[in-house]
Amino acid sequence: MRILRLGLVQGLFGGLVGWVMGFSLVVAMRLLLGLPAAWKTGVSGPAAYEPAMVVAAIFFAIGFMVGVGSMTDWLKWAVGIKTPFHHGARIPGSPEWTRYFSVDYSHKVIGVQYGVTGILVLGVGGTLAMLFRLQLAQPEMKFIAADVFNTMISAHGMIMIGSILLGVGAMSNYLVPLMIGANDMAFPRLNAFAYWINVPGALLLMIAMFIGGWNTGWTGYPPLSAQAPVGVQYFFLGVFFIGLSSILGSVNIIVTTLTMRSPGMSLFRMPIFVWAAFATAIIQLTATQLIGLSFLMVLTQRILGMGFFDPGGVVWYEVDKWVGGGNPILFQHLFWFYSHPAVYVFILPGLGIISELLPVFARKPLFGYKWVAMSSMAIALVGFLVWAHHMFVSGMSNFLRAPFMMSTLLVAVPTGVKFFSWLGTLWGGRIEYKTPMLFSLGAISVFLIGGLTGPPLGTVTTDMNLHDTYYVVGHFHATMFGGFVFPFFAALYYWYPKATGRMYNEALGKLHFWLMTPAFWVMSLGQIFVGMHGMRRRIATYEVGLDIGTAQMMVTIAGFVIFLSVLVMVLNLFVLSWRARHAGANPWRSRGLEWQIPSPMPEMSYASLPVVVGEPYDYGKPGSTYVQFAAPTLAHAPLAGGD
Amino acid sequence: MEQGTPKRSYTRHFIIVSVLVIVVAAAAALGLQALPKFPRASTQAIVIDQMFDLHLAVIGFLFALVMVFMLYSLFVFRRQKGDERDGDHFEGHTKLEIAWTVLPLIIVLIFGVLGAQTLRQVTAAQPDEMVVEVTAFSFGWQFAYPELGVSEATALNLPVGRPVLFKMKSLAQDVIHDFYVPEFRVKQDLVPGVPTQLRVTPDKVGQYKVRCNELCGTGHTTMLADVNVVNQADFDAWVAEQRAAVSPERLAALGQELHTSQGCIACHNISGDPGLPGPTWKGIFGHEVELVDGSTVLIDEAYIRQSILEPNSQVVAGFQPIMPLTYGDVLSDRQIQALIEYIKTLE
Repeated sequence: MRILRLGLVQGLFGGLVGWVMGFSLVVAMRLLLGLPAAWKTGVSGPAAYEPAMVVAAIFFAIGFMVGVGSMTDWLKWAVGIKTPFHHGARIPGSPEWTRYFSVDYSHKVIGVQYGVTGILVLGVGGTLAMLFRLQLAQPEMKFIAADVFNTMISAHGMIMIGSILLGVGAMSNYLVPLMIGANDMAFPRLNAFAYWINVPGALLLMIAMFIGGWNTGWTGYPPLSAQAPVGVQYFFLGVFFIGLSSILGSVNIIVTTLTMRSPGMSLFRMPIFVWAAFATAIIQLTATQLIGLSFLMVLTQRILGMGFFDPGGVVWYEVDKWVGGGNPILFQHLFWFYSHPAVYVFILPGLGIISELLPVFARKPLFGYKWVAMSSMAIALVGFLVWAHHMFVSGMSNFLRAPFMMSTLLVAVPTGVKFFSWLGTLWGGRIEYKTPMLFSLGAISVFLIGGLTGPPLGTVTTDMNLHDTYYVVGHFHATMFGGFVFPFFAALYYWYPKATGRMYNEALGKLHFWLMTPAFWVMSLGQIFVGMHGMRRRIATYEVGLDIGTAQMMVTIAGFVIFLSVLVMVLNLFVLSWRARHAGANPWRSRGLEWQIPSPMPEMSYASLPVVVGEPYDYGKPGSTYVQFAAPTLAHAPLAGGD
Repeated sequence: MEQGTPKRSYTRHFIIVSVLVIVVAAAAALGLQALPKFPRASTQAIVIDQMFDLHLAVIGFLFALVMVFMLYSLFVFRRQKGDERDGDHFEGHTKLEIAWTVLPLIIVLIFGVLGAQTLRQVTAAQPDEMVVEVTAFSFGWQFAYPELGVSEATALNLPVGRPVLFKMKSLAQDVIHDFYVPEFRVKQDLVPGVPTQLRVTPDKVGQYKVRCNELCGTGHTTMLADVNVVNQADFDAWVAEQRAAVSPERLAALGQELHTSQGCIACHNISGDPGLPGPTWKGIFGHEVELVDGSTVLIDEAYIRQSILEPNSQVVAGFQPIMPLTYGDVLSDRQIQALIEYIKTLE
């Protein structure tokens, strides 16, 4: 049975075994102490066994990672068995498609795994949004109960963030080695581990919806999250494992970028996307711990009585009746110290894609390359100094509001540099409108909405009005679509012929664009409008008296059009274009390294050593070349980095 | 790659684009200002809306700048069919980059200063503030007017034009809530264990709603309370009605009991005889008294309340500031009101 030998299937089996082991362990410990197996008396269902459920989830993830085979090589080393590195399918003789469902060390396979998982998770998050947008289409609709509604919006938020992180992983894992002329990442085994840990993470997030859900929003603020149903624990752990992926993946990106560039590729000759991925990895490496930590603290507050964020007097614990001594606002500081920089994790790679694609389709150099590169680094650094703007009305020190307002507004400066540089790149070009270019341009227009609606939120006084209204929802979705979704789709269309060797259907690609872009404008502006007319964030319904029914209906319809347009893309890329015409090695006449090798790419991307001899975006300069290929020699063994 | 693509002249394009940017920016600014506005009902809202309008003007301009430049380029610099040439080769312009780094920097700093100034305005203490204590719980609101002896009100009644200081708390075992009246344009979280405050001066008679603006669980959507901004006469009538609900006689009886049980009797007698560490309570209400600093004060409800909450702030001449500071924590508003009613009866 081939299907039973797939890593994914074995991983799920291992996860199940781990779950049962973890659960039994806690129950056995309790019985050993003469305590009843159930932890909370008078409570039925999963919540009665909360500590056992939590430990089971941790064992589930470990069991999955062992079962899937991501730790096999390391475990073998531990007992002295050598596992020489080799490319290609792990089990000799198995067909190519099985590689995508098992542990594989090729960064190209891992990149596709990230991308396809990301799109699947995007579909789950999008479906949730469609459901609750139905309820919000008209006032006073109540077919989704308040608790279910709260779970759905919370799940939508965090599942979409998971999807974005997977998409970011897809782009950086697939593209960074290709763009710098390396045959793989620095640590291929770590790379595979970092991908696969997302799977139990995402599964836990989804299971959380069915074991009571959680009503806290994706932000999970205590004390609410300390009192929420047990689903919140699986939400915490799901985020924790996805965060672990971010940290491990970012180590790989940083080391790969710094040590594995082709000869001649100085930092300022790197493709601009590599700069963006590098800046992103720095944020991921240094900030992600904080969200993992803050969630872990609430997790332990719930089951171990550690009252980090408990001001005192919580009495729902059966044992450890009083914890107390904590401060709920402290959680928000820890949480936002990651979760604000995180939004730059979401958008910087996308902005890098825009900067990467504009020169190719405008046939011009990227305007102010160094400024664009440095603006990514500046956003990454300033992003660490602005977290408390999420807390202007939280009750934190009144004085703190002024300095955080200043630092927040500063973000506009490097962001502006990017916009102006894009305009400079388009100016005087010979612009060609292929689908990837359309999505890059759509991204600029949508990110502009997100960018311009930001400063009123960064200014304390206007934020006192707008904070936590639908205006924020509009602003945030515009930044996420402009900074991630549109560029991600642009990247999918752009590198599809490189990855598959086939050309997608251009007409359907344009249909996707022309459905999605106007619909997004309507949705985003509609959200901003209702937010300024009394529509709070995260409410399950609203009164007729607010008089926003028409705008809400338009937001819902636009949301469905966007959903439909994404289905058009999935149909195009994953069904119809499978047997399309061959694309050739370089359909976009790009100067990039990866476009100088055949499509689809061979297992070892660069059989000959690429040597960088010029600037990456010198379109329109006669006689300029970016890369030359040395004859393959023994001196250059095209190996992946050792680990 | 084409050899020697001739560089085009851009002067004409820049002139056209600049004109278009100005036209579109003006149209965008006007259009944004013309959008239907949500009603407003506080002096703080005026400041905040002005700040927002300033943002809108800049948003309109930047929107025009980016979109006009982009759409113009997309149209004018589009590739003609069959034209395989590249665009014009220019890699950047350092002075331009410095300009569009420094100018926005100056603008955001100006906005930062304006933001801080307006923040000072909307949070500044006002003369003659009325204190309203707000308690949030899952899933409702309660309002108390300690200076007026009104407690446990479920609707927020406010006299128009009177500055209000909201002292806010969420119950210790509860979750975070947020006090938001969209017409007032300001909001503030109520956090278990962390007291917070907010200032509002309602300036328009009308009916509004407090809307909980921090997700707090099942009842979040419907966690609303009525706000009635009324003229002073109507407000006074409402206060009288609220107070009548608790008869002064019963409060005075409670006060007599507290006089003994809370230990007031140790320092304050009701006979008028001198000799105790604190002033007598007999016959003082409604009379003026000299303080240690030489000034005089009328002994009214506010003075008695103040003397209980902050005993050392206005000590009567001839006495030492030795009263325990803890009565504000020990006594409820209702109990303080009861003591006041009791003192009133000691003619």
